[in-house]
Amino acid sequence: MADRADLVAGTAFDPARFARLLSGLGHNALLGLGYAAHGPDWMELQLPYADRLVGDPDTGVIASGPIVSLMDMATSMAVWTRVANFVPLATLDLRVDYLRPAVPGRTVTGHGECYRLTRRIAFVRGQAHDGDPADPIAHVAGTFMFTDAA
Amino acid sequence: MTALPPYAQLLGLTIDQDVTSDRPPRLVMPPADHLAGRPGFLHGGALSGLLEMAAILAARHTFGDEPVAIKPIGMTVDFLRGARFAPTYARGHLVRNGARIAAVTVEAWQDDETKPVATARMNLSLTR
Repeated sequence: MADRADLVAGTAFDPARFARLLSGLGHNALLGLGYAAHGPDWMELQLPYADRLVGDPDTGVIASGPIVSLMDMATSMAVWTRVANFVPLATLDLRVDYLRPAVPGRTVTGHGECYRLTRRIAFVRGQAHDGDPADPIAHVAGTFMFTDAA
Repeated sequence: MTALPPYAQLLGLTIDQDVTSDRPPRLVMPPADHLAGRPGFLHGGALSGLLEMAAILAARHTFGDEPVAIKPIGMTVDFLRGARFAPTYARGHLVRNGARIAAVTVEAWQDDETKPVATARMNLSLTR
């Protein structure tokens, strides 16, 4: 368990380090989320396959809840990456379209992007795939609120 | 009643009432450190998982013994209040039980059912 104080300490915001710290906390740790890559306004996290994430025991396909958690985290990390700071955020809404089931056994990669910022609201979108970004398993769109904005 | 899948067990979900009534069953998710999101609050993803399971359970409840394969098409979650570390309840309701599609609304609440912490709409693809 990382110390939460680590998340706000220091001067330069390091998205990769930050993502690794957050991945070790709370529900992210339970799911086994891990850092993959980031850019100026995007973040990619990975969700390894695990039997305990299965939603349909007949097929071995993981439930959609872990995909939502992955995309909620990847998109909120994209906001922090774009603003280069850990500012308090709350998810307002998140829409997820399940394009096809993830293939059992495969690691799911979630790509989150922050495409618009206002004083109070961050607009995000993203996709999840299980190996081929051109053949996604889910598409998401959502909004976050900056909880310390006036 | 069908057994809850491994992911529901990971979240600690149980069916806590109304199993025999006409209302869809209510799920409860006890608070736990491994469900934490931002400090002091439950993770939106864990709440979404609870809502999803309640939606599917409501559909299963409606179908009864009829063998229907259910696949989620999409889900829209509105997070209305921060969910604190307290037992969180959820119940789904079928607003449309079609031949191929079921449209479900779900609410999650904590101490007061009239003050939901999150609501969701979910479309399910059905194979009868």
